[in-house]
Amino acid sequence: MKLTRRIAALALAGLLSAPALAVLPNEKLADPAMEARAREISKELRCLVCQNQSIDDSNAELARDLRVLVRERLVAGDSDEQVLAYVHDRYGDFVLLRPPVTGYTAALWFGPALVLLLAGTGTAVYMRNRRRDAEAAPATSRLTPEEEARLQALLAAQDGTGSGEGKRA
Amino acid sequence: MSRALLVLPLLLFLGLAGWFALGLTRDPSVLPSNMIDKPAPAFDLPPIADSLPGLKSSDLKGQAQLVNIFASWCAPCRVEHPVLMRLAGELKVPLVGIAYKDKPEATRAFLDQLGNPFTAVGQDRDGRVGIDFGVYGVPETYVVDREGRIRYRHVGPLMPADVEEKILPLMRELSK
Repeated sequence: MKLTRRIAALALAGLLSAPALAVLPNEKLADPAMEARAREISKELRCLVCQNQSIDDSNAELARDLRVLVRERLVAGDSDEQVLAYVHDRYGDFVLLRPPVTGYTAALWFGPALVLLLAGTGTAVYMRNRRRDAEAAPATSRLTPEEEARLQALLAAQDGTGSGEGKRA
Repeated sequence: MSRALLVLPLLLFLGLAGWFALGLTRDPSVLPSNMIDKPAPAFDLPPIADSLPGLKSSDLKGQAQLVNIFASWCAPCRVEHPVLMRLAGELKVPLVGIAYKDKPEATRAFLDQLGNPFTAVGQDRDGRVGIDFGVYGVPETYVVDREGRIRYRHVGPLMPADVEEKILPLMRELSK
């Protein structure tokens, strides 16, 4: 009984701590609403050391410092946008996991749609041309009356030999 | 017309492949600085020892100089240290330091052991001034002009080639 209860307690602790592996308890704000805002902001900021994690996920020292900084700015009364702008001013577009649309990042934002559009247009043009060619083909390759007569003669001759095969309509 | 369309995908592919091949030659850990051509952040850092002055942002005005952000716990900082010694000594480049997230006694021991190339060192215990500079790993070296604006950032240990190709030409231009 005691053991199962202990296991249950451990499992519960594990479950509760799972989503907050990187954020240490001593970093958290007392106000849950503000802490929730801090978490949301932290998910928007890239850890510059590991580069593929947000500072909310990362155990890097700099990520911790930035998490603490985000919370300090919030406590000081900054809006979410002001906090993001504060970090963006220092670290540039790269620190934002959703970089702003500028001339420099346009390829990033619109590149995939552009490629899809190009490929789609190319495929559509190709398919249309192929269908048109297929429709046009019989008209050009139709047999002349002389060729038709010769073909019939050949087929009749073949039937006459009684080979049994090649009875085509 | 249709002939041109046929080679278009090939051209697009070659263009992309060339662009990506170029990207492969770059070091992805080196990020562009957002502080270029902006004034260095405002700060006032205490000294690490009585014999060596601390560093504040107003010290960065008046002459073009290098700001090296380092720490005693940082291995690449040891690697670049001889280069800093040569810059400050033989090449007579003004050089100040910011000890990033380091205990002052550890910084003192580091400089006692390897030599001190800096005319002033400020201690940035909590790394906040580092963040204001946009530092994301030590060592980083900044070239600051005489108006106190950041003109260039070098990420990682300074190598002799970096000094010859980047730092010295820029310092010469800024000191004119």
